[in-house]
Amino acid sequence: MYYLYIATGFALLLSFIVNREKTFKAIKIAVRRFVTILPAFLGMLILVSIVLFLIPDKIILNYLGKNNIFIGVLFASLFGSITLMPGFIAFPLCGILLKKGALYIVLSAFSTTLMMVGVLTYPIEKEYFGVRLTILRNIMSLFIAFVVALMTGIFFREIF
Amino acid sequence: MKRNDSIKIAGIAGYLLFLILSFACGFNPGKEIGHNFLSFSIDMLKLLPCAFILIGLFEVWVKRETVERHFGEESGIRGYIWALLLGGTTVGGLYVSFPVAYSLYGKGAKLGIILTYIGASGICRVPMAIFETSFMGIKFTIIRLMVSIPLVILTSIALGDYLVKRNYKPVKGK
Repeated sequence: MYYLYIATGFALLLSFIVNREKTFKAIKIAVRRFVTILPAFLGMLILVSIVLFLIPDKIILNYLGKNNIFIGVLFASLFGSITLMPGFIAFPLCGILLKKGALYIVLSAFSTTLMMVGVLTYPIEKEYFGVRLTILRNIMSLFIAFVVALMTGIFFREIF
Repeated sequence: MKRNDSIKIAGIAGYLLFLILSFACGFNPGKEIGHNFLSFSIDMLKLLPCAFILIGLFEVWVKRETVERHFGEESGIRGYIWALLLGGTTVGGLYVSFPVAYSLYGKGAKLGIILTYIGASGICRVPMAIFETSFMGIKFTIIRLMVSIPLVILTSIALGDYLVKRNYKPVKGK
């Protein structure tokens, strides 16, 4: 986290030393774009706050800890697609699940959909890239997550 | 468009009203939603200003030709490698990579490479992968990366080509 601030500060300083006008222009662009996309971010935050209430960690633990592969993978990809959580929450959660006996194939489906499929980020993605690309990219990502889960299951000898 | 905007404003106003009433009456689900909203907003506000300042600097300093050379039609396989590296070092995930991807696209990057970058910023962020191994084991992470990276590149190329053939245009003026 901190290295991002340091890098940004350094870049800004360097830019300012080399060319003041360009730097101000850059800040103007930054502010304008931030403000333009803010409503979409607000939409996402509202969705996130509601979905996280409806699907708390407890429910995720409950459904993903079950030992039925098919149902596990199905719920894992569903939860992974419609929730949004940073890695520093998601992986400890996966770690707990693993200790409770959850299957790697299920956790793989969960973490991959979590990282790639964004139902909640739809308002933002759509603003930048349009509805069609957004929907197609998310479908592709879901497909990739299934393949990754399948391969994980094979390598950990959980299936076949 | 106008109608859409008023629906959005009504939705946001309704949401805020719900939160205020929940806190006023001590309605627990509403309070919980309010806490979720705040904690996620704070997480994002920590990242987004930096991301957008870097995007601004990128727009001002990086020449179109440079982006075209490294990420454009002629960049070949190198473009995809750059996209993976850039995605791997992006902080925050999808919601940060969209505006960055949009900037790159605006400066002439190829759509398939842009999609690869978005995918990579999801799956192969380096700090996250390191964190992941400590909970899931290195085998899990390696399988995940070895399977997903080639698939991300292949589907990105396919989807990019398909959309370009169908005269894809992103939303303008963001």
